[in-house]
Amino acid sequence: MTPYRPELAHVVRRQEEAPGVLTLTCRFADPQVQRSFRFRPGQFNMLYCFGIGEVPISIVSDPETGTDLEHTIRVVGHVTDGLAHLQEGDAIGIRGPYGRGWPLDEARGRDIIIVTGGLGCAPVAGVIQYVIRRRDQYGDLQIVHGVKAPSDLLYRERFERWRNEPRTRVYLTADRGDREWHYHVGVVTTLFDQLEVRPGAVVMMCGPEVMMRYAARRFLEAGLSPDAIHVSLERSMKCGIGLCGHCQLGGFFVCKEGPVFRYDQVQPTLAREAR
Amino acid sequence: MESRTFPKSELQTLLDFLWSSGQRVLGPVERDATVVLDEVRRTEELPIGRRDRQGPGTYLLEDGEPNEIFGVVHGPDSLKKLFFPATEPLISLRREGRGFRVTETLPEGQALTVIGVRACDLAGAAVQDRIFLHDHARDSHYAVRRGQVTIVAVACTRSLSTCFCTSMDTGPRARGGHDLELIELDDAFVASAHSDRGAALLAAVDAATAPVATVARAEAAVDRCASAMERRLDTDGLRELLVNAADHPHWDEVAQRCLSCANCTMVCPTCFCHTVEDVADLRGATTERVRAWASCFTPEHGQIHGKNFRPHTRDRYRQWLTHKLSTWIDQFGTSGCVGCGRCITWCPVGIDLTSEVEALRRPAEAAR
Repeated sequence: MTPYRPELAHVVRRQEEAPGVLTLTCRFADPQVQRSFRFRPGQFNMLYCFGIGEVPISIVSDPETGTDLEHTIRVVGHVTDGLAHLQEGDAIGIRGPYGRGWPLDEARGRDIIIVTGGLGCAPVAGVIQYVIRRRDQYGDLQIVHGVKAPSDLLYRERFERWRNEPRTRVYLTADRGDREWHYHVGVVTTLFDQLEVRPGAVVMMCGPEVMMRYAARRFLEAGLSPDAIHVSLERSMKCGIGLCGHCQLGGFFVCKEGPVFRYDQVQPTLAREAR
Repeated sequence: MESRTFPKSELQTLLDFLWSSGQRVLGPVERDATVVLDEVRRTEELPIGRRDRQGPGTYLLEDGEPNEIFGVVHGPDSLKKLFFPATEPLISLRREGRGFRVTETLPEGQALTVIGVRACDLAGAAVQDRIFLHDHARDSHYAVRRGQVTIVAVACTRSLSTCFCTSMDTGPRARGGHDLELIELDDAFVASAHSDRGAALLAAVDAATAPVATVARAEAAVDRCASAMERRLDTDGLRELLVNAADHPHWDEVAQRCLSCANCTMVCPTCFCHTVEDVADLRGATTERVRAWASCFTPEHGQIHGKNFRPHTRDRYRQWLTHKLSTWIDQFGTSGCVGCGRCITWCPVGIDLTSEVEALRRPAEAAR
């Protein structure tokens, strides 16, 4: 059977998150597939819009619920635009899950610092749910999230909910604020002085690569080991299984060996390719 | 393994046998001033008496030895297009109520024999096998097309100025993956079977045990070809060299010449990048997901919304060459280059990867 075959699912809920950003909650048509679908936070699916095409989108929902799959999508091209036009009850194709997720086993017993920018909060939403559900297995959880403008902020209710969880701190910032924005103003790294970075902490980041580069430098200066920093990368993907060649990063296929990488494994290539 | 010999006229017997046993036979055929792979029923359809002259940005067919059947080394086609066609529907989907039905559009397995296959192209197919028949994601379309092909290889007795298979250790004799190997002499073929199928083919022609002197003459012709090959690619330490040469000023120099046209990736027997696109009917009731060759030389390849990871020709050429000769080894345990030289010939401006590598071996300071 071709690995390119999508599985039929339906949109069971469609929620606008911000201008041009929405979350589709999907359920497989075949209950057997629905029951047996397993994934790890940080993995992604290839979502297929009938007659239009396929795009890689990370899975936002909690892997434990075993029910519906949430995908947060920003409209940036014709496929995501097609997906954004789907209504509740409409068909959608799903292949996956693909890639390597976040190092949740390695992080057990340790503090976790999550740094995200823009839509980068989506691939880590599952991690946050996962940790909160097993609060006693992990150390302190600090969540730092930055957006360009207040209107870009997604998951406002979730962030407020997470803020109230035990041993959990949430820091939100916007590059420029407005009258209603009562959180921090400035780029993500301007919040770092407020973070408590203790030895042994694990960092998980997702956002613009330039943001992650600066943030990684700060964590290294704060004494964290390079192998404690993890990043989720975004590249063009047509297959999700290491065949189409688009997502190559040096010798890695981001779809297969990533999208979550230990920072020290990809830093030299990222630096090279940025030049 | 015993070597047999048969007169050149017996090649028609072999073709007749293949077609009558239900095989479709492909081989080199002259068309539009090049040689392509196409159906061959009669020996005369092969480019008899013709030879190719190839150089950077040059492909010329001219008259050669009148009786030589396989005097043309190769054209732009390799085995790649047979197993991994330039476009191919993977699945078709039809709307049904509030859902859709998926049908896999697997190609029909067909009995196919390819004659006149060069060692470099066999090596190329072996490289693609590592990609598409990988346990992690076995490609069913590739597997079906690849499955039933019989290969009649022809060892090279002349090389082109663009050839460097000896550097890549892939030729001029076939290293594997073939059923029968022929070496062409003035008056006869020397043949050796490398599988049961190859032995069956050999049994169908009027062949005799090859005298020791004939075998020696054939092997000497191949050896002469190997030793006459002038082009070299020094692969020593190449994997590390290219990864560490990312900042070398020579990339900018190549980018002055490279048109980013993607020709090299289209003719390369190992380049595997592809995209998958929907081709829907006008009513939107049915659609096909069609795979098509893609290239790292196009802007789309490194593009995501708001960012292109390889915006300049420099970045694309660097990606291609570094992947081909270096990171390919990390991914698939082999170089992505088989030394066929097609990328040199079919480059409209004659960019030659072997001399680009030489330039990259020079210290960056010297190149400035």
